[in-house]
Amino acid sequence: MLKIKNVNTYYGQVHALKNVSLHMSAGEIVTLIGANGAGKTTLLNSLSGIAPPRGGEILFQDIPITNLAPHKIVKMGISQVPEGRQIFKPLSVEDNLELGAYLYHRAKAEKERTKKTADMIYELFPILKERRKQLAGTLSGGELQMLSIGRALMARPRLLLLDEPSMGLAPIVAQEIFQVIENLSRESETTILLVEQNARAALKMAHRGYVLETGRLILEGMAADLLENKEVQRAYLGKDKKEIWER
Amino acid sequence: MNIWDEKNECMSREEIEQLQLERLQAVMNRVHKNVIHYKKIFDNLNIIAEDISSLSDLSKIPFTTKSDLLLNYPYGMFAVPLREVVRIHSSSGTTGKPIVVGYTKNDIKTWSNLVARLMTAAGVTRDDLVQIAFGYGIFTGGFGMHYGAEAIGASVIPMGTGNTEKQLMIMQDYKTTVLVSTPGYALALAQRLEKMGINPNALSLKAGLFGGEPWSEKVREEIESRLMLSATDNYGLSEVIGPGVAGECSCKNGLHIYEDAFIPEIIDPETGKVLPAGHAGELVLTTLTKEAFPMIRYRTGDITCLDYTKCACGRTLARMKKIMRRSDDMLIIRGVNIFPAQIEEIIYSVAQGETPYQIVVERKSGIDAVEIIVEITDKIFALELQKQRSFQENVKKRISAQAGINVDVKLVEAKSILRQNGKITRVIDKRQI
Repeated sequence: MLKIKNVNTYYGQVHALKNVSLHMSAGEIVTLIGANGAGKTTLLNSLSGIAPPRGGEILFQDIPITNLAPHKIVKMGISQVPEGRQIFKPLSVEDNLELGAYLYHRAKAEKERTKKTADMIYELFPILKERRKQLAGTLSGGELQMLSIGRALMARPRLLLLDEPSMGLAPIVAQEIFQVIENLSRESETTILLVEQNARAALKMAHRGYVLETGRLILEGMAADLLENKEVQRAYLGKDKKEIWER
Repeated sequence: MNIWDEKNECMSREEIEQLQLERLQAVMNRVHKNVIHYKKIFDNLNIIAEDISSLSDLSKIPFTTKSDLLLNYPYGMFAVPLREVVRIHSSSGTTGKPIVVGYTKNDIKTWSNLVARLMTAAGVTRDDLVQIAFGYGIFTGGFGMHYGAEAIGASVIPMGTGNTEKQLMIMQDYKTTVLVSTPGYALALAQRLEKMGINPNALSLKAGLFGGEPWSEKVREEIESRLMLSATDNYGLSEVIGPGVAGECSCKNGLHIYEDAFIPEIIDPETGKVLPAGHAGELVLTTLTKEAFPMIRYRTGDITCLDYTKCACGRTLARMKKIMRRSDDMLIIRGVNIFPAQIEEIIYSVAQGETPYQIVVERKSGIDAVEIIVEITDKIFALELQKQRSFQENVKKRISAQAGINVDVKLVEAKSILRQNGKITRVIDKRQI
């Protein structure tokens, strides 16, 4: 469904992604793990068109999207749930959700479908339905995250890019979010690319994973194998192991 | 059809190539970071991992050869700290020191699944009784095949090598359905069977997986008719992983290379140039999934050619022809790799100097036999019989210890080995495979 070849992305002079190649099949959950500054968010931003790559090729369902504008990419079926939720706090929950369907707001015929999508999202997150009239600024962290995911789903994406969905959440709330993501993948067959601080939780949920290090991919594998990989354990799973080279 | 890992064995060419590119870029980044040998080479040649933007860019990277491995003896090629290595195996080097290879926990899992693929392709299921007549020591053959059979869930009989009569007794009584051995040993078993007057139809064998040494279609026919089983070939080498690089399916028309784990290339052994598909040349392998011991463009020394057309079995993986010869002088004796230089080193060291000698390899009733003929020179051997005998014993013992094979040593009179233009042909291989 998604195929990335040799993507190079820069911030000014900073070479943030170095020849990154990655693929995703429909229905997969793939996770990107790596330290801060490794390029995980940059990769998501390159996919969604926010940080367009200077070189390389991105194919989404066999169509090149490498230098498309973000709104066109959304229209093709890729939605991003940004890091830190990015919710419009002075707006109501309902209005925030509706903004997610911005692309469809002009087409009369879409009205009905948009309403259906919203109902689906309220079903997924009953708490949002309860608070639909409330201002988003009054929501808790977990609820904001749900709203952020819900807003992305309003565009009815085939590929969902999730950036740090558990950030700043209490463990029990984070778990709830993970559960939602898993259900989403299972029930609606949405393909998910997940960037997550909590590498262990991400690998347990994902089918496959990629490890990014200073802008380069250094590992690709089944999530279960990456969990067993000592390098991953040392660097990202908090297993405090000193590196000892015995020669 | 009998496919162990349909997802990875039946991908489209496009999917395989995308996966290979991703994994190649990742392994290049890993070896550049973690393996001193590759770091030095890449830095010297000013190669960075980003130079690989397509699979064909692989040809920009230098080969890894057996001598690179020897220079980095024992652990210099490892990409992980030794404490993460859970297994160490060895294979023969060209001289006294062996090649040391390591596996992490994940590598063992990867290896098991690769072997499970070739075993499934050969018709093995969890209902089978698999008798493994490969060595279980430091060589990779026994353990590799063992893990594969276990992964499938078959019942494994870890026999090891030798003890032919007991092998046959177990084969009869335990009702072995699958034999794993070298093709040479399968023939030896067949011979003994006939001698003992046992009808092969009375055995339960249905499949035989043979590897470790080259064998021809003629040998296949012979084994199949004498042991009443379906014989398939499989390929691997310790430096790359052990058995599990490639294996035949029931079509018996080439060995499927597991391309999600290895990138095969065929090169001209003289010039090092990459040859197009279908041309015969030396097989070069790059590992894509190994953690402890990644290899970039390892020259296997085996001559074959690649076929990318689709196989009737449904696998989309490239196939390599059965290996029939080597690009170097390595001999494969009963599945063990031997370099003549190794033998020479031992003879010269026992003789305390250069001595005319010749290595003669024959296949006697299916089994490889090596005879080493050494000329008696006045300098060293104009001595009493006892010393000659102890020389013979010493050479034998040291070859057995260092190279892992038993040989016969024969002393002959000075100047009695046939010379051509004053030179002795060091190795005479009389085997017809």
